[in-house]
Amino acid sequence: MDIIYVLIPLSILLIGIAVAVLFWAIKSGQFDDMDSPAHRILFDDDDQLKK
Amino acid sequence: MIQTLCFHCGERALEGNRWSLNIDGEEQPMCCPACKAVADTIIGSGLKDYYRHRTALPEISPQQKRSANDDVREELKLYDEMAIQQSFVQRFEGEQVEAEAILVISGISCAACAWLIEHRLQQLENIVSVNLNLTTHRLMVRWLDEKVKLSQIFEEIHQLGYQAHPFSATEAEEQRIQESKTAFRRLAVAGFATMQVMMLAVPLYVGELQGILIQYEIFLRAASMLFATVVVLYSARPFFSAALRDLRTRHLTMDVPVSIAILLAYFASVWSTANQGPEIYFDSVCMFTFFLLTGRFFEMRARHRMTQAGNNLLDLMPPAAIKSTPDGNIVIASSDIQVNDLLLIKPGQQIPADGIIESGSSAVDEAALTGEYLPVDKVIGDRLIGGTHNVESQLLMRVTATGVEAELNTVMRLMDRAQQEKPAIAIFADKVASRFVAAVLIIATSIAIAWSFIDPSQAFWITLAVLVVTCPCALSLATPTALTAATASLREQGFLISKGHVLEGLNQIDRIIFDKTGTLTRGELTLTQALPAFLDVALSEPQALKIAATLEQYSNHPIARAFASADVFDTANIKQVTGQGSEGQLCNIDQFTNATYRIGRADFAFPQKALLPPINDERQWILLADQDQPLYWFALTDTLRQGAVPMIRQLKTWGINVSMLTGDPSGQAEAVAKALDIDDVHKGLSPADKLELASNWQQQGERLMMVGDGINDVPTLARADIAVAIGQASDLTKTNADAVITNNNLTTLLQAISKGRKSTLIIRQNIYWALLYNILALPLAATGFIPPWAAAIGMSVSSLIVVGNALRLLSPNKQI
Repeated sequence: MDIIYVLIPLSILLIGIAVAVLFWAIKSGQFDDMDSPAHRILFDDDDQLKK
Repeated sequence: MIQTLCFHCGERALEGNRWSLNIDGEEQPMCCPACKAVADTIIGSGLKDYYRHRTALPEISPQQKRSANDDVREELKLYDEMAIQQSFVQRFEGEQVEAEAILVISGISCAACAWLIEHRLQQLENIVSVNLNLTTHRLMVRWLDEKVKLSQIFEEIHQLGYQAHPFSATEAEEQRIQESKTAFRRLAVAGFATMQVMMLAVPLYVGELQGILIQYEIFLRAASMLFATVVVLYSARPFFSAALRDLRTRHLTMDVPVSIAILLAYFASVWSTANQGPEIYFDSVCMFTFFLLTGRFFEMRARHRMTQAGNNLLDLMPPAAIKSTPDGNIVIASSDIQVNDLLLIKPGQQIPADGIIESGSSAVDEAALTGEYLPVDKVIGDRLIGGTHNVESQLLMRVTATGVEAELNTVMRLMDRAQQEKPAIAIFADKVASRFVAAVLIIATSIAIAWSFIDPSQAFWITLAVLVVTCPCALSLATPTALTAATASLREQGFLISKGHVLEGLNQIDRIIFDKTGTLTRGELTLTQALPAFLDVALSEPQALKIAATLEQYSNHPIARAFASADVFDTANIKQVTGQGSEGQLCNIDQFTNATYRIGRADFAFPQKALLPPINDERQWILLADQDQPLYWFALTDTLRQGAVPMIRQLKTWGINVSMLTGDPSGQAEAVAKALDIDDVHKGLSPADKLELASNWQQQGERLMMVGDGINDVPTLARADIAVAIGQASDLTKTNADAVITNNNLTTLLQAISKGRKSTLIIRQNIYWALLYNILALPLAATGFIPPWAAAIGMSVSSLIVVGNALRLLSPNKQI
């Protein structure tokens, strides 16, 4: 059971990284718009765009 | 008869296939040339998928904003002026200069609108990037400054049937963004930590039952402590600062017991971890914080959602003005207008400052300030108020007041004062909270003292058990869960709540004040009747209507808009007469060629003889005549908003007093009151009069709800216990309201009130249940009979019951 002395600190470290990434994402504005990306993916627009 | 609906906007297509458009080989009916033009643009740019994807019809039918297209183009050109761009366009130097602006788009009804606008703009050359935020309706667009003119971008958006306004972030806006980011971070940290601590709690609970080696237990507890520390120090901070503020102002709210519970449970667990005490509560600390933060996060998002789309006052004041100088006309930003400037106001434009007419005469739409829906005729020497609309013809004005001294700003000041005097609705939970805190602290202290005499070694643990058992977890979840559920359910039904006190307040309302124009009525004239002027008139009714629509087609006057949906003759020679009506000949139509038609007030249309309308009522009668004889009378009136009649009837059976306050001095007020059966009518009121009436009622002890839409209602809205705005209201009105009826149907108000009653009931049930649990558990804990695990289970179960009870509010209302 002594393995928990390694695994638990490791999980704490991973959580720390996850939170850091999330903070970065919030700061760079990725959570500012919670509605449009969810809808945007539903439109298939590969065909008729003539740029 | 089968009704044909317009393929683009869903209005009735009165003339079948006259404006139809071929889409995918099928003729689709359109209601008017404006819709056809928009649909043409959409199909022409290969974006017909919009019609497949959309889930809602356009919010603004192109028909309603029909105005001579050149006028609009002329106005949009103003946005190319540097003086105007200064306030909202940013430029980035590089290989080529790129410019970026944020525009607020109005008229977005579903996700397909965003898709349409983005794709249409992306098709243009030299546009660098386009991004439309569906939550805020803001379009961020970046383009090559030398190649593209900003007015082109505005025009493209206009052609798709939407309206764009420049946006510049205000300080309040910056604060909102910061607040929302911080709240999200706190919530995320609490969420992550809760998951981890829960995981660590499992071996600890199992160890409690089966035995666990002491070194593992210490290690697991220490790891939990690490997470809980972060939660307490970072996530739970808003509760502590709110509690401190409450203590300073001696006004106890739920934040105080919440903070006490979090801090006590945390420090007791820390002590326990350090000294191998019997129990830790880190998991409860984290979970409790996470639940409460979630509730507050949703509340904050609802609050922001309402204010976000708004641009407040900016929207009301035009960004630019045309200044007339000896060297010709120049365009200046409205912030540069000074007293005594001479300004040229074109028809359809907003008046940028207060002033006096120097030359010209026109009708001015002052609805925003007075609530009167018919434009007021103004001649040389008359006063103009900033923020109102010039309807008919060009005016030259001399500025008398700008900025803070302008009339519109006095309304704002009135509003500020009213807001400070707004009475607070007593929140039931807060009343309970203050007594609850006092009671718990007294009981805990006396138990501690009692046990220190009986058995000093147990005193601390028993006192702690008492405090944990009485932890106001269920109590503090009782209100927010119920409010969140009710708010979510009402939002789907078209009632958007932005302030927390609304739901509980709905139950206590004694009187509802309605504005007339734009609230009880639709705020626009519609054609209700056409009568021949004499018995054997040669013209048929559809023909008369068609001639009338032809004559009125270029006017912006509300009277003319009543004819906007009718068909017109293609070629005609039309002249508008300010303040009177219009006259014209029809060309190339044999039957009518030699006649000169006039439409307008009776003495203008047929000056030869004084004529009276066929029916003497409060409706607006206008006459169509040719040079020889009067032909047809048309009756126009402002029709009642959907649901107005059943709403008033139901409110009366609930015993709520109903009053109508209107700025309109005409007899129309009585007519509307009679149709709706409202006894208490006050007409011809200024914003200050309305506010005074409202405060008189409040001084007599009545709780008021105000429902309104215009700027002239804003001070009263700010003062009323609950302020409700109609969805079509100006942004400033919506920002000042506590709730908005988004589907523009007045019966929604009934659903809101009944939901408010139900949530008050559920909140009370929840609070009584939580108190009952506490009262039952307290003596057991005080006598030392409750083992810690039983306390923890009891706490969770009582919280779950409270949450489950609150979820009942999610179900939609029964039809009223």
